[in-house]
Amino acid sequence: MGSRASTLLREEEIEEIKKETGFSHSQITRLYSRFTSLDKGENGTLSREDFQRIPELAINPLGDRIINAFFPEGEDQVNFRGFMRTLAHFRPIEDNEKSKNPTASEPLNSRTNKLLFAFRLYDLDRDDKISRDELLQVLRMMVGVNISDEQLGSIADRTIQEADTNGDNSISFNEFIKVLEKVDVEQKMSIRFLH
Amino acid sequence: MFLLCLGISITVWFTLLFVFIIMPAVLGVSFGIRSFYMRTLLKIFEWATLRMELGAKEKNQELYKPYTNGIIAKEPPSSLQQEIQELRGSANSLRSEPEFEMADIFYFCRRGVESIVDDEVTKRFSAQELKSWNLLTRSNYNFRHISLRLTVLWGLGILIRYGVLLPLRVTLAVTGICLLLRGGVTVVLYVFRLRSYLSEKVHLMCYRICVRALTAIITYHNRENKPKNGGICVANHTTPIDVIILANDGCYSLVGQVHGGLMGMVQRAMVKSSSHIWFERSEVKDRHLVAKRLGDHVADKTKQPILVFPEGTCINNTSVMMFKKGSFEIGCTVYPVAIKYDPRFGDAFWNSSKFGMVSYLLRMMSSWAIVCSVWYLPPMNREVKEGEDAVQFANRVKAAIAAQGGLVDLIWDGGLKRAKVKDVFKEEQQKLYSKVLVGDSEDQMEDKRSEDGTPEGDESSKDPAEGQ
Repeated sequence: MGSRASTLLREEEIEEIKKETGFSHSQITRLYSRFTSLDKGENGTLSREDFQRIPELAINPLGDRIINAFFPEGEDQVNFRGFMRTLAHFRPIEDNEKSKNPTASEPLNSRTNKLLFAFRLYDLDRDDKISRDELLQVLRMMVGVNISDEQLGSIADRTIQEADTNGDNSISFNEFIKVLEKVDVEQKMSIRFLH
Repeated sequence: MFLLCLGISITVWFTLLFVFIIMPAVLGVSFGIRSFYMRTLLKIFEWATLRMELGAKEKNQELYKPYTNGIIAKEPPSSLQQEIQELRGSANSLRSEPEFEMADIFYFCRRGVESIVDDEVTKRFSAQELKSWNLLTRSNYNFRHISLRLTVLWGLGILIRYGVLLPLRVTLAVTGICLLLRGGVTVVLYVFRLRSYLSEKVHLMCYRICVRALTAIITYHNRENKPKNGGICVANHTTPIDVIILANDGCYSLVGQVHGGLMGMVQRAMVKSSSHIWFERSEVKDRHLVAKRLGDHVADKTKQPILVFPEGTCINNTSVMMFKKGSFEIGCTVYPVAIKYDPRFGDAFWNSSKFGMVSYLLRMMSSWAIVCSVWYLPPMNREVKEGEDAVQFANRVKAAIAAQGGLVDLIWDGGLKRAKVKDVFKEEQQKLYSKVLVGDSEDQMEDKRSEDGTPEGDESSKDPAEGQ
């Protein structure tokens, strides 16, 4: 409900989230309103069912993988901080941020972190490697029943061949970065949040 | 002494009620009190919002502005194929081998997260957010910025709404419903010939009283297009009050399930004055039976037009969702009606998962007013000659209603309020992506056919493949 939106979120929390994620004050309150509207159980956290209730996400072939990205290892609930931390990956990279404090830790929406987010969508068991099996599973999610096992297998083999440089038949994060070095990650993995 | 005062105040109260509200309702005239009330309220709301903004500036904080323009700026929708081609950069010509890029995942990833932040469907099932505060607690998001003056005003508002308006409205509502019930009986006693004329008058009178019970300020547009006998009236659905709003201006036959208790009594009484179509719960599932009864009713030209809400559920009046095709298969003239509520005076949307009927009515009667516009659109018929089927016809009517009412036209089903989306849609997305990977199956078929053809045909089909 709208009336709870700005009363339950304290100023200190908003400041902390601002520092951690880089969102502005009004963006945070608006996203909090969205968070509470998704939270049907009204207990301050979102479960996987809350996400699956969004029809446009439910019909996304990679919907389950994306939902999984919000939940830390082994947990079934995500609170607002976690929600914002994940969404922060999709903030556009602003030029003036690059020149800011160079000793500060890398912002959540840097190119590397965006690539890491995508990498984790492929890496099902979170062992920092994309094996042939994992690639096959993700491909199967994206194409459904429309492509045969053999064709899919050859696609996976070719992809790994092209990307794998150290011959271990799987794709590590650095190999992943190399494959995508020509892609405009900043633009394709960014959402324009309104002020 | 006390009893005397009580007696006098009650008499005064009822006299005022009678002169200013019930008599005009019976006769169908208006004093213009309600529009004056509306204009005054608007001025007060704007002042209130201004005060809140000043209060927020003083504290150096920002006012929470509801996301009326959306939380994110969405790109204009393009097809899956286009987006993935863009993602891959270079202009790719058709390859005979399936083509996959690891970057493809970005497309699904971004679309997915965009829908988590702001999707088209879930926001239609909760009350619309307002730009300026209307002095109702239920629509306030900026508690911290309310100054003393505003609080006083708000307190005054509560006094007026719950102390004066609510009892007034409840009295009126009870009067209206009693008349409705008795009206049916009275009519039966009258001469048979005059029955339909009188029952119409009684019907309109009751609804006018009910409308005043809600302080509904309705503006009807294009009344020359009002639904006629032998047709079906179709409207977008926001609240059960839609029925009262439309029935205030004409007589309709309602369609619905038979209820028990008070609702059941009202339903039975209504049948005495005009023919409504009430279904038993078991009959509702039988689509042929429903279609037949509707068809029979429509074929009888002496019977009033049927009122149907094809969305099947209440939507929050910012959009129109999928119309169920049942009423569009009957084959008679359809009279579309667009209803748009002004949310500043009181949100009419019935969020049935949050509020029951009684608490909803209480909320309605304790808002400032219900202001709405009703547009009667020109009648539409199914274009059988051009091969239009019921679904296409339904979509055409829906588009017309959405355009008139300034609502977003969505293809999503209103049933998604409670049910899960069908897997078919996900399978469509998967199919589209597979086409990008392996090329269209039609293209592959053409290649096959040209291979079996003339030698020239053979060479020409081989060349593109070798050129890759």
